[in-house]
Amino acid sequence: MAEENTYKLKTWSKPPLIRAAWLRWLVLVGTLVYLFAAGRTIEVNFSRISRGLDHGVAMVSAFLQPDFTSRGSHIVVGVLESLTMTVVGTIVGIIIAVPISLGAARNISPLPIYMFCRFFLMVLRSLHVVILALLFVIMFGFGPFAGVLTIIFNGVGFIGKLLAEGIENINKKSLEAVRASGASWPQVVIYGVWPQIAARFTGLSIYRADQAFRESTVIGLVGAGGVGAVLNTALGRYDYNTGAAILIVIIVMVLIGEYVSSSLRGRLT
Amino acid sequence: MLLQINNLEKKYKNGLVALKSINLSVPEGEVMALIGPSGAGKSTFIRCINRLVEPTAGEVILDGTNICILGSRGLRSARKSIGMIFQEYALVEQLSVMENVLTGRLGYIGFWKSAWRRFHPNDIDKAVRLLERLGLKDYIDTRADRLSGGQRQRVGIARALLQNPKLLLIDEPTASLDPKTARDIMRLIVELAHEHNVAAIINIHDVTLAKAYAKRIVGLSGGEVVFDGVPQQLDDDSLTVIYGSESWSDKHQEDSPEPLHEIKE
Amino acid sequence: MPVTQTQQGSRWVRHSSRDVLVRYTVLLLTLVAFIVAMRFISGQTMWVFVSDAPRQAADFTARMFPPDIGFFPRAVAALWETINIAVFGTILGVIIALPLAILCAKNTTPHSSIRAVALTLSAASRSVTSLIWALLLVQVVGPGLLAGVLAVGIRSVGMITKILYETIEEIDTSPIEAVKSTGASETQIFLYGYMPQLMSAFVGITVYRWEINIRESTIIGIVGGGGIGFLLNSAINRLAWDQVSVILITILACVFFAEIVSAKIRAAVN
Repeated sequence: MAEENTYKLKTWSKPPLIRAAWLRWLVLVGTLVYLFAAGRTIEVNFSRISRGLDHGVAMVSAFLQPDFTSRGSHIVVGVLESLTMTVVGTIVGIIIAVPISLGAARNISPLPIYMFCRFFLMVLRSLHVVILALLFVIMFGFGPFAGVLTIIFNGVGFIGKLLAEGIENINKKSLEAVRASGASWPQVVIYGVWPQIAARFTGLSIYRADQAFRESTVIGLVGAGGVGAVLNTALGRYDYNTGAAILIVIIVMVLIGEYVSSSLRGRLT
Repeated sequence: MLLQINNLEKKYKNGLVALKSINLSVPEGEVMALIGPSGAGKSTFIRCINRLVEPTAGEVILDGTNICILGSRGLRSARKSIGMIFQEYALVEQLSVMENVLTGRLGYIGFWKSAWRRFHPNDIDKAVRLLERLGLKDYIDTRADRLSGGQRQRVGIARALLQNPKLLLIDEPTASLDPKTARDIMRLIVELAHEHNVAAIINIHDVTLAKAYAKRIVGLSGGEVVFDGVPQQLDDDSLTVIYGSESWSDKHQEDSPEPLHEIKE
Repeated sequence: MPVTQTQQGSRWVRHSSRDVLVRYTVLLLTLVAFIVAMRFISGQTMWVFVSDAPRQAADFTARMFPPDIGFFPRAVAALWETINIAVFGTILGVIIALPLAILCAKNTTPHSSIRAVALTLSAASRSVTSLIWALLLVQVVGPGLLAGVLAVGIRSVGMITKILYETIEEIDTSPIEAVKSTGASETQIFLYGYMPQLMSAFVGITVYRWEINIRESTIIGIVGGGGIGFLLNSAINRLAWDQVSVILITILACVFFAEIVSAKIRAAVN
């Protein structure tokens, strides 16, 4: 064997990502076929776009002359609604999320409770916040009350899942030690579980407040209160100058929120 | 007899038989070392005593109470009189030294008092005295994750003793420590057990340490008791029975504790 | 010093009195903010509608079952559009984000003023949600999938850029030097020095963003951006609750599936 190799050129090529050749080709062809088929569903209507470009130009020029005043009071009320929805929605959401996250952590909860909590969280997380808002608006009517409920439930899904993952990653030995001292289940939670996840919990809560504020600016588009509702009205009337003003307000506030949230979280660690 | 174990058996769900009908009794205040190769069932055995691991058959009678038939409330109350010390300390790292030690009182107080850290002055007093005795007076409000390995294990000892236990279950207390700290810790455990008149079962794979500090040695192999006697009786033949290797001195070398990453303050 | 001696024995408190004061102040402020916010919301709410809600909710839920099985083919057809929006939106986002990330990273940007502009663009993309982008774009390019793809794509740019440029900034320079020292050209340095360090982050963020975009794409139909959201909105407006439940189940299944695929791929590249 070794002698044979002496007169054969040794070749090397990078081993392919997918080893089986047929699978490699199948994936490649499949991807191309998908992209082709899917690409055909996206219609580009050039005449519609050329007509729409006028709107586009109007929007861009409106951004250069935003109108903060003529509907100023509406904007202020909208912003206040968004802020208050954020405060209430974040706090209540967190309070509800904590017990559910305990239930959704496999290492401290019995299987049936775990399954139930996980399923509940999965449904909440799968439904986009706007879909939640849509449903709550039908049930509770237009306005910030539906918005608050939307933010609460979306927050439960978010905090619940991430906190549960945090709990599942805690040090088991310490839990065993607390349990061995004769502690009851609630005592195990406050002495063994809570200290280990408290830092993560604080970080998540701050992040959630930031995220909730973003959400509060958009769910108004489907009637759930907040500054989004004012934006929807303005755009519906093709009042781009007011719309631009609202968008600028939203962008500035979201950026401030992001800055505050990230610097607070930075100080925690 | 403080602790009486009759035909204790543990079979895991995957079919592994960890303990085969163990019979053992421990009188009040006796310090006993439990030696045996890895996988002999030492860890399972002591966890069956306070039912962190559920035994599949047999009786564990502590002070006349059969622990194996207790409900969850009774079990918690029985656990109060059994202190436990762990190999990797098992402290809640984010809590302070004092909070970790007071964890030992959780079985005695209600939920709200524990949530607000309202412990009885006598408990506090005892905790402070224990920490002084263990040389941790200056670390009372230090977070546990700032301590070195030896200091952490002392906190673990204080936590277990604050329970006012009648029995200590000690799982490889020195396996994560350097040889010198290991001796210190063993000495402290034995001294404190005498001072508080507590019986102790120490899982340990370092035979030299076991012989140096324990009054009685029990050898476990394949889930069965194969040796039970005083340290002087533990000769090469009995070690071969326990560890099953031809030259037990090699085995001994392998098993001696490695110096682990001691955290320096 | 939290341990003190008293006649009854030792006393120990968990926090020093200053800590306690800070804690209670924060708690109090939160409580006040909560109450003020509650009152404001309460003032903006028509409580008549809310009082009616439990009965309404029970009514809707009852009418959701049994789901209208015959509606499934239409829901799945709309889902196909939704998935396409997510895929093409992600591709669009990546195409824009790649050069933007290079301009944003301190160690690859040609000039600090260009970096500032690039960072602003990336932040602007992140601070407006895809629904608002869709709302604006529908008025420009007309309702349909194109508006959806553009909205999802533009919205994705910010996040992909952020993760990518942070990864570029954290690149380990010693292998790059090693590649350079072999006499490699600029493109070779990129292929053998930078690419291997960036690939897993790149694939990871792309797949993760795609997973998010699947969720986002379920709603942009509400404002005319195409996909299953349009169907959902019209079913709700027609009060066809047995169809709403079909759509919700379809969305749940799709998102669940996307999560699994995304987690599998991300685990594979790490």
